[in-house]
Amino acid sequence: MTKTFLHRARASLLALAGCALVALGGCAAGPNPTDPLEPFNREVSKLNEHVDAVVLKPAATLYRENVPALARTGVSNFFGNLSDGWSSVNSLLQFKLQNAAEDWMRFSFNSVFGFAGVLDIASEMNIERHREDFGQTLGRWGVPAGPYIVLPLLGPSTLRDTVALPVDWQGDPLYHITPSTPRDSLYGLRLVDVRANLLRAGDVLEGAALDKYSFTRDAYLQKRRADIFEGGFRKEDPNDGSDGGDGSDAGNGSVADPGAAPAAGAKPSP
Amino acid sequence: MNRRFLGRMAAVFLALAVTGAGLPSLALAADEAPDVMIKRLSEETLGAIKSDKSIKSGDLDRIIELVDSKIMPNVNFQRMTAAAVGPAWRQATPEQRKRLQDEFKILLVRTYSGALQQVNDQTISIKPLRMAPEDKEVVVRTEVRGRGDPIQLDYRMEKTPGEGAGWKIYNLNVLGVWLVETYRSQFAQEINAKGVDGLIAALAERNKTNSKKG
Repeated sequence: MTKTFLHRARASLLALAGCALVALGGCAAGPNPTDPLEPFNREVSKLNEHVDAVVLKPAATLYRENVPALARTGVSNFFGNLSDGWSSVNSLLQFKLQNAAEDWMRFSFNSVFGFAGVLDIASEMNIERHREDFGQTLGRWGVPAGPYIVLPLLGPSTLRDTVALPVDWQGDPLYHITPSTPRDSLYGLRLVDVRANLLRAGDVLEGAALDKYSFTRDAYLQKRRADIFEGGFRKEDPNDGSDGGDGSDAGNGSVADPGAAPAAGAKPSP
Repeated sequence: MNRRFLGRMAAVFLALAVTGAGLPSLALAADEAPDVMIKRLSEETLGAIKSDKSIKSGDLDRIIELVDSKIMPNVNFQRMTAAAVGPAWRQATPEQRKRLQDEFKILLVRTYSGALQQVNDQTISIKPLRMAPEDKEVVVRTEVRGRGDPIQLDYRMEKTPGEGAGWKIYNLNVLGVWLVETYRSQFAQEINAKGVDGLIAALAERNKTNSKKG
């Protein structure tokens, strides 16, 4: 008797929680199915931009202005080389064998003949780079992207890609350096290097977007889909840029559903 | 991973402006194949940029002039704007439509001219075109190669027999991101909040801020 009562109580509590979540979801989500966490994301974006404006962008600007281009290229090449190794592993996991071979060749050539990657010899030899990470591997295996999430300090991501992050960290050689001081300095240098390479892009983005947050979100999600579906899948890619005639019928995405537009007609997944 | 993506948008818009320079009226009897046209236009634009001293020294107005005169004739801008505005386009008055087009054009041209300033030694490689002879719409895939990773740049084009070079661009994809789709979302937000006039005002505001920044 008590057991049934307990079961019922738990069931109704769960139902209540469920309803609350849905209601909350309904309130907090707004009309955007690809971005149910929008209020949270906007707040984190603001935080990230603040940190960027105060710490990262000035550091990157100083770096760009005071370090000679040759040295900066060497730094970019070094970190790029480290990522080529991991890209190769991911290409393999996705059965993109030629890409895996090319990335592995890049990694080996540059590491051995390019002084641990500082010289990018493989590019001189026209060996193409194919950037892959574990999030893309999961996407290729059919894992849907999940909601858009902006991570504190790390920037735009999706639920799937966030879950994939720890695996990416394992594949990052820097992660395995044991004394923490050289590791942290290298992390810092890589961060500044990446940011410096993005300085101009950041300015262009500022000028192009009406709303930086949603522009970044939509471009990010589109790019992730394109990265995962590249190559043989291109034909079936619903994200093919056709607008269905003169655009005035715009069947995809009603005005009240801004975020659905890029995902319109697409499967709900990646 | 995340910053990186954002990053390559650098030459993103660069590529955008490389949507075909070119003398609109060459004495070509037959219409060009779309990929041949893109190749010609890209090479002409890049060539003009690399050889023009004032552009190299950063004269934005000169670049805007270049983009306006050489590129716009090959773009079906009305279709692009209509697609970006979405269902509200049908209800917009001709006056509103004109203003939308004008402001959108200023926004794009200025932004992407800014990206064009960074061109130095890029080259364009055109991928083999897959189309049936009776296709009225095609996607031409190209790649911008220079320092760093190659940048994917695709054009969606419609056949316009007798007009210009025979094909016009109505959508652009850089690094996997389709322009019209991205702006559709931006515009929808504004229209939802303040209607078409609100969108026009937002665009005008953005253009004013951009021109003040130089």
